[in-house]
Amino acid sequence: MNRQAAFWIIALLALVALPFVHRDPYHLHVLVLILIWSFAYTSWSIMGRFGLVSLGHGGFMGIGAYVTALLWNHLGVSPWIGIPLSMATAGVLALVVAYPCFRFRITGHYFVLVTLALSGIVLQVITATRDYTGGSLGYTPQRAPSGKWLFALQFDDKITWYLIALAVWVAGLVIWRAIDRSMIRHAMEAISEDEDAAAAAGVNVTAEKLKITLISALMTALAGALYCQYQMFISPDTVSGIAVSLQMVFAAIVGGVYVALGPTVGAVITIVLAEVLRISFGTKAVGWDNLVYGVLLVLFIIFLPKGILGSVIDRIKSPRKPSRGHEQQTVPIARR
Amino acid sequence: MQSFLNIFDIYLLEAVINGILLGGVLALLALGLNLIFGVIDVTWICYAELVMIGMYGMYYLVQVFHLPYWAAAPLVILLVALLGAALHFLVIAPLLTAPPINQLLATGGVLFILQSFATVAFGIDFRNLGIRLPVLALGEMNFSYARLLSFGAALVGMVGVYLFLTRTFTGTAIRAIAQDRQIMPLMGVDPKRIYLVTSAIGGGLAGLAACLLVLQYDVHPFVGLSFGPITFLICVLGGLGNFIGGFIAAFVFAEIISLGGLFSDLEWGYVLAFAFFIIMMFIRPAGLLARRS
Repeated sequence: MNRQAAFWIIALLALVALPFVHRDPYHLHVLVLILIWSFAYTSWSIMGRFGLVSLGHGGFMGIGAYVTALLWNHLGVSPWIGIPLSMATAGVLALVVAYPCFRFRITGHYFVLVTLALSGIVLQVITATRDYTGGSLGYTPQRAPSGKWLFALQFDDKITWYLIALAVWVAGLVIWRAIDRSMIRHAMEAISEDEDAAAAAGVNVTAEKLKITLISALMTALAGALYCQYQMFISPDTVSGIAVSLQMVFAAIVGGVYVALGPTVGAVITIVLAEVLRISFGTKAVGWDNLVYGVLLVLFIIFLPKGILGSVIDRIKSPRKPSRGHEQQTVPIARR
Repeated sequence: MQSFLNIFDIYLLEAVINGILLGGVLALLALGLNLIFGVIDVTWICYAELVMIGMYGMYYLVQVFHLPYWAAAPLVILLVALLGAALHFLVIAPLLTAPPINQLLATGGVLFILQSFATVAFGIDFRNLGIRLPVLALGEMNFSYARLLSFGAALVGMVGVYLFLTRTFTGTAIRAIAQDRQIMPLMGVDPKRIYLVTSAIGGGLAGLAACLLVLQYDVHPFVGLSFGPITFLICVLGGLGNFIGGFIAAFVFAEIISLGGLFSDLEWGYVLAFAFFIIMMFIRPAGLLARRS
């Protein structure tokens, strides 16, 4: 156990030291993107691993990004206050939508479709309020007046952003681990097996589900706000809507939803793939990355539902067992 | 004041009637999705994207190959029906025993594939048929023939499916499978074939919707996102798999969108529809027609 802890500490120190050794701005940019999206994917799989498949996370992310940017541009509210406010907004929306779903036992297909509609509607609202949000053309937070960069949370150098994104990503993994070791996890696993039995055993089904949804939504909104502050440009298609929700699901599933680093592996694969395609094909690559994602997503769900990292860890832990026929293999996301 | 009220009423009436006309096409979409859910127990997240492919099919047949509209429409319906069958055969069939969520996410992957395929193959430009149907002036109200035609064709399509389901052996088998999928194989019905036929019919309905929608809207790779979510809302509000509930919910939603659009932008109509949906989730979580237990 101590050796394991030492390994993680060394790995973390290496990641912190990385930007001071390797200063290539493009590589750092890709790393920051990977870290921010990894955090978003991790927050999705915090609830996704318990069979609460949400396609509404694109909506939460959009709220995180747009509320922060709108407060800054129109009211001059610093992102230091704006980000918590945007997270609160996403949290309230999550509760408003999730409460009836959980209270009235809306699960499976119904839950997916309701949350799907949620992300579609956030997209519509952003487009509809184009006088304030710039509509589908996108939106840019105003540059901070000189000397107020800390107040505006706008940094020019990539190293600062890398360290911020790294800190948030680690925080996401810590939250994952905390949940993994808490009672919520056992309660949620019982719920995903059989809601009635869990309720009979004294689990407050609605409250537990709401808790996990709230945590997940807050984290996703934070990811959206960070993305907005880093890129300094957001458009409805890149931070909200069904495509973003599906992108989260895809990355989490490819990496593996049951292991803490699974979503991160998914983010590395998707973002590196997109960048490689973009560099080698230029503007002709538009659409190709999603085409590859889509094909991979279908193939993964059919042949490797535990994801790359999940399957690899399985192999290492029990090399004798063939990966097919393993207990979780046939019941990957929702255990029914 | 009096004249103001008159004009207002006319606009209101026009919006109400336009809502009914919109409801026809939405009901057609909801029927296709409900049919597939009711029989195969799968939700096609990519349903609106099948419609998008169909709309491109219409565009190419009419604008590039210069086929007349009435000749292109059956071809497109056939094409999308084949696409639906292929979707079932390639993606859903290997996952029939997997958890339902996986099937749903796999069709999400197909959504990605179809959208980016359209982006790669057709580009992101907005395209239209170049057919401008005349506008029917009724008193002081204006209705486009495109909408009237869509409404009529959607109704004909739905009646056709109803007759098929009630009057033919295959249709009866489809309804029977929807009720009990374990018993029907014992009665000499091959569920694999029935699933394939149902998928083809669902695809065909998407194709019909594509032929009708392409008359009113420009087609681009992301057009599915503008009516996909609303179709899912309709199906959930009507109760998944409940044909009549979906039919009623389609008209309720269409009226909200149309009347909401009267007072502000069309997007606000959608937002109002969503607010209504959330409220209904509290009141009738299992669908409009469900009895409260």
